[in-house]
Amino acid sequence: MGASSIRPSRRGPAGNATVTAPNPVFGKGGRLASALQRINYSETFWAYLFLGPTLIGLLVFSLGPILASLGLSLMKWNIIDTPKWVGLLNFQVLFKESLFWKALVNTLRYMVMAIPLEMLLSLVFAVLLSRGLRGESFFRTAFFAPGVCSVVAMAMVWRQIFDFKLGMLNGLLSYFGVNPIPWLLITQTAMPAVVLMSVWMGVGFSMLLWLAALQGVPQTYYDAALVDGAGRWAKFRYVTWPLITPTAFFMLIIDVIASFQVFQQTFVLTGGGPQQSTYTLVLYIYDKAFRNFLLGDASATAYVLFFIMLGLTVVQFRLQKRWVNYELA
Amino acid sequence: MSSLSKSLTPSRFTSTVYRRPLRWYVSKIIAYGVLVVGTVVMIIPFMYMVSTSLKTTIDSYSFPPTWIPNPVVWQNYVDIWKMAPLFNVAINSIKISVLSTLGQVISCSLAAFAFARLRFKGREVIFMLVLATMMIPSQVTLIPTYLVFRAFGWINTHAPLIVPSWFGGAFGIFLVRQFFLSIPEELVDAAKVDGCNPFRIYWQIFMPLAMPVLATMAIFSFLNSWNDLLGPLIYLRDLVLMTFPVALASFSGHNVMLNLPLLMTASLVSILPTVILVFAMQKYFIQGIVLSGLKV
Repeated sequence: MGASSIRPSRRGPAGNATVTAPNPVFGKGGRLASALQRINYSETFWAYLFLGPTLIGLLVFSLGPILASLGLSLMKWNIIDTPKWVGLLNFQVLFKESLFWKALVNTLRYMVMAIPLEMLLSLVFAVLLSRGLRGESFFRTAFFAPGVCSVVAMAMVWRQIFDFKLGMLNGLLSYFGVNPIPWLLITQTAMPAVVLMSVWMGVGFSMLLWLAALQGVPQTYYDAALVDGAGRWAKFRYVTWPLITPTAFFMLIIDVIASFQVFQQTFVLTGGGPQQSTYTLVLYIYDKAFRNFLLGDASATAYVLFFIMLGLTVVQFRLQKRWVNYELA
Repeated sequence: MSSLSKSLTPSRFTSTVYRRPLRWYVSKIIAYGVLVVGTVVMIIPFMYMVSTSLKTTIDSYSFPPTWIPNPVVWQNYVDIWKMAPLFNVAINSIKISVLSTLGQVISCSLAAFAFARLRFKGREVIFMLVLATMMIPSQVTLIPTYLVFRAFGWINTHAPLIVPSWFGGAFGIFLVRQFFLSIPEELVDAAKVDGCNPFRIYWQIFMPLAMPVLATMAIFSFLNSWNDLLGPLIYLRDLVLMTFPVALASFSGHNVMLNLPLLMTASLVSILPTVILVFAMQKYFIQGIVLSGLKV
């Protein structure tokens, strides 16, 4: 305490304030205070303080689990006994399992039905809503309302709609002379029914994306097309569509990834049935991991899922040159 | 109609009153027709939900279904809270969603501030790493994360559904960072001259300015948490701990605990908060979708 050495602080905007320090350690400009002050102005210190939660999250909930999952995929483990190293056996077993292929095919079936239907319908609605019709915001709200609701809650309703004897859908179809269809009970119609509900829920969000893209098309292009005598279809085909292909591409990427992760709809609406005709990959992973506790097999499947998704995304990026237009935007 | 097409209409050039061609009316009618049919399809399941929730059990199974319940059974909305531990379920859903949302807003905005406004070593690398985690499907991290929470003894508690939200998230960080980047540097300089440390700059300048983007982020975080099925399905065992989606899924199982009107009442009650939230803050919600392309 006796030391009366005066340490001018090296940093800080008020460096001269330290010249007459009453207390060299704790007072203004004291050793500790000046150290604190130096810290106070060190952006690195603050940055890591701010990033603390994110960095911990990154390690504990992302990077760590990604590696752990990779390790697990090379082991057999039923959560109780000690894990056993088996190398690539899980993958070999997986590729021989018919249920895996069935789940993969079902997932692809879901994808090829749901994506075109949802993209097309949402584009039609968006084009119609971008023309300045009266009641635009009402229609827009009605279209995206289903998407904000819980899939489970809405599936409760759709199960009634699809009901064989009492369902509204069969009631409606009977007016057109169609015999009642047991939608969720036979293999031919179960997946289309799941797709129908998914599209019903998702169409509004896609529409909002298309609407944003359509708003970005400069009016002058349409004016020029009009002068050239372009009809409505020609205007869409040669002016609008090329300019919104980046959005279409983006939507396709997102939707393919989302389709591969479809879970809630099949879990609640059909439980994967009938005869596993709606059994999808994530349902397969869920059952393996949390019903059968085959953690190694489930991790291997999760990685396979990831690589399929990655592969499809890469292919899409490769193919985008053929149809996506960035120069015009 | 475009400005040019308006100026090209004959009314500007001739003295006769311009009549719209028949085609114009036809295309309008078709447009409205498609939109109205689409809207009806969108709304009918909700109508069915409301209608059935006000019916007696016997009426709910009548065919063809009637739209206006007779008699109207408001009692369902009272009974639902007695039949199942639905009151607990509602409290659980609210608790988990609110706490998760709060965690996301705080942790993501802190990280976003560091990425947008602080200079430090490794900034780009860490940011890229955060974004890269968006590409990894959650199924890959699901099992190890489960094991971590199991090791903590958090199975059959709400912690696994809340705690991760307090440790950042790629979507939120990205969204808020974009906004923080747009705040003028002069504002920060002025605050620095006044002796503000980075936390005060973040808390007293950036956060108040960022309210709109934080609202967008909060809505998405709330919806994700409220509608999540897989998380509660994996981590929760007891019915009294469950949230709406997983409780509804279990009610509707083979051992039906609720009759149809009560099931519809419960479903309706469960979607009400999200619907109200999104409609009240529609602007921010639409902005979020347009900015990120993210689906709930």
